[in-house]
Amino acid sequence: MEDVILRVENLVVKFNLRGQVLTAIRGASLELHRGESLAIVGESGSGKSVFVKTFMGMLDNNGWIDEGSILYNGKDLAKYKTEKEWLTIRGREIAMVMQDPMTSLNPLKTIGAQIGEAIRLHQGLSGAALQKAVIEMLADVGIPNPEHRARQYPHEFSGGMRQRVVIAIAMACRPKVLICDEPTTALDVTIQAQILDLIKALKKKYNLTTVYITHDLGVVANVSDRIAVMYAGDIIELGTTEEVFYTPAHPYTWALLSSLPQLGVKGEDLHSIKGTPPNLFNEIRGDAFAPRNPYALKIDFEVRPPYFDITPTHKARTWLLDPRAPKIEPPAVIRHLNSTHGGGNYAK
Amino acid sequence: MPSEREVLLQVRNLEVTFGKGRHKLKAVDDVSFDIYQGETFGLVGESGSGKTTIGRSIIRIYPTSNGTITFKGQRINGKIDKELDRQVVRGIQMIFQDPMASLNERAKVDYIVSEGLYSGDQRLNEAQRKEMVSKALTDVGLLPEFASRFPHEFSGGQRQRIGIARALIMQPQFIIADEPISALDVSIRAQVLNLLSELQKRHGLTYLFISHDLSVMRFICDRIAVIHKGKLVEMAETEMLFAHPLHPYTRALLSAVPMPDPIAERAKVLEVYDPGMHDYRVDKPQWVEIETEHYVLGNAKELDGYREVLAKRGQP
Repeated sequence: MEDVILRVENLVVKFNLRGQVLTAIRGASLELHRGESLAIVGESGSGKSVFVKTFMGMLDNNGWIDEGSILYNGKDLAKYKTEKEWLTIRGREIAMVMQDPMTSLNPLKTIGAQIGEAIRLHQGLSGAALQKAVIEMLADVGIPNPEHRARQYPHEFSGGMRQRVVIAIAMACRPKVLICDEPTTALDVTIQAQILDLIKALKKKYNLTTVYITHDLGVVANVSDRIAVMYAGDIIELGTTEEVFYTPAHPYTWALLSSLPQLGVKGEDLHSIKGTPPNLFNEIRGDAFAPRNPYALKIDFEVRPPYFDITPTHKARTWLLDPRAPKIEPPAVIRHLNSTHGGGNYAK
Repeated sequence: MPSEREVLLQVRNLEVTFGKGRHKLKAVDDVSFDIYQGETFGLVGESGSGKTTIGRSIIRIYPTSNGTITFKGQRINGKIDKELDRQVVRGIQMIFQDPMASLNERAKVDYIVSEGLYSGDQRLNEAQRKEMVSKALTDVGLLPEFASRFPHEFSGGQRQRIGIARALIMQPQFIIADEPISALDVSIRAQVLNLLSELQKRHGLTYLFISHDLSVMRFICDRIAVIHKGKLVEMAETEMLFAHPLHPYTRALLSAVPMPDPIAERAKVLEVYDPGMHDYRVDKPQWVEIETEHYVLGNAKELDGYREVLAKRGQP
């Protein structure tokens, strides 16, 4: 049995927007294994950010957990109400790296002071010991010349260096779980690869469990052990990285993979998903992806599909996996990916 | 053959500087390239490399400090007469990155799309203008009825289509697309890319595609120029560039492109570019055509190395 560090069961999250109720998470369940690296992939509005925000009590004021439980160390985080309760988890157990390093740092304080603040709060250090811890932390995230850099302000740092500082602050409290919400979207490609390498190195060094949130499947191939694909507030496919890339089962995963420009053939149209995601103010019947799914069966519009197990580690919510469903082959572009993996590597 | 292709836009020794005196910053330094009629030319680089500055100086937003930009045989940078200025505005249009920020929130789609027509010299009556708006909207796959709505009623992909319609209505020959899909979701990106190539076929458009994402550029561009700190470092046909990248910066960029393939990704080795590796104190770098249609920046010693690499790959 895998060692489960966090177990989410049947989570329902709702928001109140101008008197209307929106269901952002529709009964999602997930087990996070200790020491693994999980990627949650989905488009904007699929609920991936809201989903992980519930682990840290960071939902906006107009949102609430309607049903379900989040078990961490035998405690149900879904029942937490006060800030005092959350402070035992947030930062200390589960920490987060945000997307944009420009907005998540205080421009008026030195880098050293901002990291020091987090260390003082969580480890109770002060004076010279605190200073030493700050410099160690900066060196840990690969910032050269840390003694000097600690006295500088955020505007003196480049985007990539700033993201390293944000990671240092998140790591300052020695969390067990590190959530990275689009950690590299705002960065250049070459810097992006370096930051991902840094997170991988920290994970190894501190035996972290990492959760990546991203909309780009291309980015996660490198960093994740398992992938959860989210659509309209639900996890529709979950498997190891190899399983999701090489033998995807849900038509939405097929569509996401085949719309990647890396797999496109020049001069031909790139595969695109027709239509738009469903309106979450309305109740969704059947499979939420059905209206955009060219392979949809009649039952997809009526009954919500259960999870079908493909392997012990791979499952998907689609009626296509039912033994009675017609056999449908995934699109040719991604079958090609399966047969020639490695064939398209740019860096020869 | 290259010599038979018609050059639509020619940039020679372009230099753009910002600020004065001590605070002078050379954003674009001695950049030269041609864009041929009907092709998609890609400009790739990191943020701050000057790729957007080049696009903006072509469209006359930024003044140039040196060099020439020639559009259809006429010089269009520096001081030009009013009539030519109008032609440039008409002939060259731009598509912006963020469809949320680039549309006037308080104007209806009808006005947003046709705003460029008001400034022109052509006198259109209301019926003609309406006709053109609905044609432009249909062209980008939107319904003509959308003209009476406001931007906030649309999704990101639809807004980007409105941005494209606004450029198309001027019937340009040349479109500068500055990171047109970076702000969009993966599934919407594909729709917009497809639309751009469809419009290119239908209207015979020429694109300058500015981006930091090489995986997208490989798919859409015919030729790619790589820019680093205001200088072009390499330029070639797309497949040639991907097959034989020479300059270390190009190689670093290519090695960083994420592949949707876990086994290949885990096996790949990142190349890191350190500008300090060049020794340009005595031996100055030059912009050289090292093989047909393949340009690279390097000094004599580096160029010899590059030629060796090419020879080894069986392509002198």
